[in-house]
Amino acid sequence: MAKLTFKTEKCKGCGLCVDACPKGVLALAEDKINQKGHHPIEAVNEAACIGCAFCATMCPDCIIKVER
Amino acid sequence: MVVFDKPHALTDAPLHYCPGCTHGIVHRLVAEVIDELGIEGRTIGIAPVGCSVMSYDYFNCDMIEAAHGRAPAVATGVKRSDPENIVFTYQGDGDLASIGMAETVHSAARNENITIIFINNAIYGMTGGQMAPTSLPGQVTQTSPYGRDTAHCGFPIKVCELLSSLDGPEYLERVAVNNVKNVKNAKKAIKKAFENQVNGKGFSLVEVLSTCPTNWGMTPKRALEWIDEKMIPYYPLGVYKDRSAEK
Repeated sequence: MAKLTFKTEKCKGCGLCVDACPKGVLALAEDKINQKGHHPIEAVNEAACIGCAFCATMCPDCIIKVER
Repeated sequence: MVVFDKPHALTDAPLHYCPGCTHGIVHRLVAEVIDELGIEGRTIGIAPVGCSVMSYDYFNCDMIEAAHGRAPAVATGVKRSDPENIVFTYQGDGDLASIGMAETVHSAARNENITIIFINNAIYGMTGGQMAPTSLPGQVTQTSPYGRDTAHCGFPIKVCELLSSLDGPEYLERVAVNNVKNVKNAKKAIKKAFENQVNGKGFSLVEVLSTCPTNWGMTPKRALEWIDEKMIPYYPLGVYKDRSAEK
């Protein structure tokens, strides 16, 4: 199983990682707001993560760390 | 095992770009290449005027801020004064293809041994979305509210095609960063552009088709699709010149 770490406070909620993920692991946290005022990304189904790092490849703000 | 993490050549400063702007992706690719080639200590970047004007805060190497469009001229001076330096410019379309066209064409014609990363998002981003030299025919911008009228405003400039007519440049390639596959190809092109300089081959320019969700008036996701639908048909991806492959 892969491990995802997010720098949540730098997230701008653009959602490019959500669309890039082939396994539906990520979603914007609609109930949270970070210091920038965005809904940050969160892993809603981390068990399904295969560690492909597509999310991190598309993240413009480099907030995702992927370990496997 | 770490599969992916922020490259060392990128600082921890939060990027000021709009949500979903692909400037961040290209910044990261440049930083990854600097890391992989182990050249951070002798790399000097030239920042442009435009959205990426503050890129000197984001790269861990030395940076110089050039006057609008003059980055290739500044890079020429830095490179010639100490050829051991690895010198790159990071410029947008308003900077490189409009006010800086003379510097771009002449540094290419002289085959200066520098690397240029050229962000083409078909609009002036920082100033609020005016028509750029690269805006597509019919594209709606702040200064072309009925779409770019080519009878009145002329046609977009295709920088790679334009420069490929010169004998000077070593390497010209156009890439995009609108999906994972294209991002990986973009990294290969950027790496080659830096390697060419390390190996003393000469002028290398990578044109990156990039998004501007805010000024295009689209969601970040829709902007990525717009690159596929509108930009790539007008600006085809590919290698426009590679002299090392010709030999």
